[in-house]
Amino acid sequence: MKQVSEAGVLRKVIGASSLGTMIEWYDFYIFGMLAKTISTEFFPEGNSTAALLSTLAIFAAGFIVRPFGALFFGRLGDLLGRKSTFLLTLILMGGSTFLIGLVPGYQTIGIAAPLIVLLLRLLQGLALGGEYGGAATYVAEHAPPGKRGFYTSWIQTTATLGLFLALGVIMLVKMNMSDQRFNTEWGGWRYPFWFSIVLVVVSVYIRLKMQESPLFAQLKSEGKVAKNPLKESFRNRGNFKMVLLALFGAAMGQGVIWYTGQFYAQSFLETKVALHFDESRSILLWAIVLATPFFIVFGWLSDRIGRKWIMMAGMLLGILTYRPIFNTLLVDAGTDQWNTEISNSQVKKETKPLANSNDSLLLTATHIELSNGAAYTKVQTDTLNAATGAVLEGKPVIRDKVLPQSVYWKFVGLIFLLILYVTMVYGPIAAFLVELFPVHIRYTSMSLPYHIGNGVFGGLVPFIGVLLQTTFTADPLVGLWYPIGIAALSFVIGVVYLSNKIDKDVSD
Amino acid sequence: MNTIKKALGILWLLLGPVITYFLFAGAVHNIDPDGKKDINNPVIWIIIITIFLPIAIGLMIFGWYALKGEYSKKIADQ
Repeated sequence: MKQVSEAGVLRKVIGASSLGTMIEWYDFYIFGMLAKTISTEFFPEGNSTAALLSTLAIFAAGFIVRPFGALFFGRLGDLLGRKSTFLLTLILMGGSTFLIGLVPGYQTIGIAAPLIVLLLRLLQGLALGGEYGGAATYVAEHAPPGKRGFYTSWIQTTATLGLFLALGVIMLVKMNMSDQRFNTEWGGWRYPFWFSIVLVVVSVYIRLKMQESPLFAQLKSEGKVAKNPLKESFRNRGNFKMVLLALFGAAMGQGVIWYTGQFYAQSFLETKVALHFDESRSILLWAIVLATPFFIVFGWLSDRIGRKWIMMAGMLLGILTYRPIFNTLLVDAGTDQWNTEISNSQVKKETKPLANSNDSLLLTATHIELSNGAAYTKVQTDTLNAATGAVLEGKPVIRDKVLPQSVYWKFVGLIFLLILYVTMVYGPIAAFLVELFPVHIRYTSMSLPYHIGNGVFGGLVPFIGVLLQTTFTADPLVGLWYPIGIAALSFVIGVVYLSNKIDKDVSD
Repeated sequence: MNTIKKALGILWLLLGPVITYFLFAGAVHNIDPDGKKDINNPVIWIIIITIFLPIAIGLMIFGWYALKGEYSKKIADQ
């Protein structure tokens, strides 16, 4: 009977923690997904101050504020308790998201608009930095020995599910109104922000009913709570070296594998492979649906064979197969590979005047449909010289590709593999981090390496990708050397320095 | 294994300054007030260097600890 009630409590602990963490990821993602509309509303082009604030909103929130959030809320979590702290981060995140949806546009209140949005975005980053460590610690400290990997792996699914929810809510709103209504100052783009408050109220209600982590409650009753968690985490040599080991031997590699599988792949399909938006999104959604259960599988497996080798295997697979996989995506999407008859073609011609010149652009868009169901649009942009009447032919660009069925499912399989690597590195990492640090400074100590690994190393995947592409223009896959290099470094450090031993007792 | 752990410490110790050098070189090479890409934006480079500098120092400290045999002790086996 006792076992039944304990199982019920554990289910509630996992449910309440995972729901809140998923909402935080949802809140963080919708800003990124609606970046284009937000930028038009709050950060108009041509205004240098607005451009600076936009850069800070995009970069500072992820890179600087997330690690600071980890320190700030980690400290609070080790002083006041896990429950109250991750309740606070949830309210902060939900409140900031809701308020972003209420800020009038630049047209109405001028420079105050981007300033307020920047402030709220920074609060979002701060809250996200504090949430994960709290949720993972809270669940791990409830979990029985031998099941810590399995239970915490539910928390690990939330980042992917948050992405799903964000995508779903935005698509639902978009489907029910015109693009014009969606993009106006008080248009539909604000609804996903407002919807956040409903999610947060429900989650706060559920979390309020939860008890404090039993290990922290015991620590508190014995008067053994850390007096200065930051000092004890980072100025204590024994603990600080474990923080460094967690960062360089695990979180750093995990961060780049995570971002490459979930975000770089998506952007690669849209920009380099030039797939139609619906096509790339549906491939990603299929791959996520099929791969998400493996977070749980690898979390469960890590309780049996240890955390280290599963995470290392995920990194090694990424290192060895990223270039062949991305190269296949590029080659198989080449329209010259699809040797089938054209079933239909439509040509649209348009002439546009060139700015600051009498010359004009001749745009010819040919939409081609093939007998095997594939389609693409070939866009030719020529320049018409007004004085001589000569036409300077441009290079044709192929875009909006719809793949043949066999290639489509091959792509689903390849993206599934990329996300499978994500589940291998990410599924067991919460349990791994929890077991590395003592209970009185656990929240602080595990949050920082996690957020530097994901926010900084992972978050820089697109930026460094562009940097490498600009420097080495000949290789379309050159951007992959950054995640491959970081994962390789983390793999070597992890293999040499990490132990595979599971710490059965996390109450010390 | 302990010898490898210590020997690799020298590599991590040297990697910190190398990363720092490439960061500054990348910034000098790519910052361009007329450029429109993110990599031309000085503010982004300031943010990245500010956040990466302590990480590079952290890698050096990690290397130092490894060289001193801190990770060869029993505490790593947890």
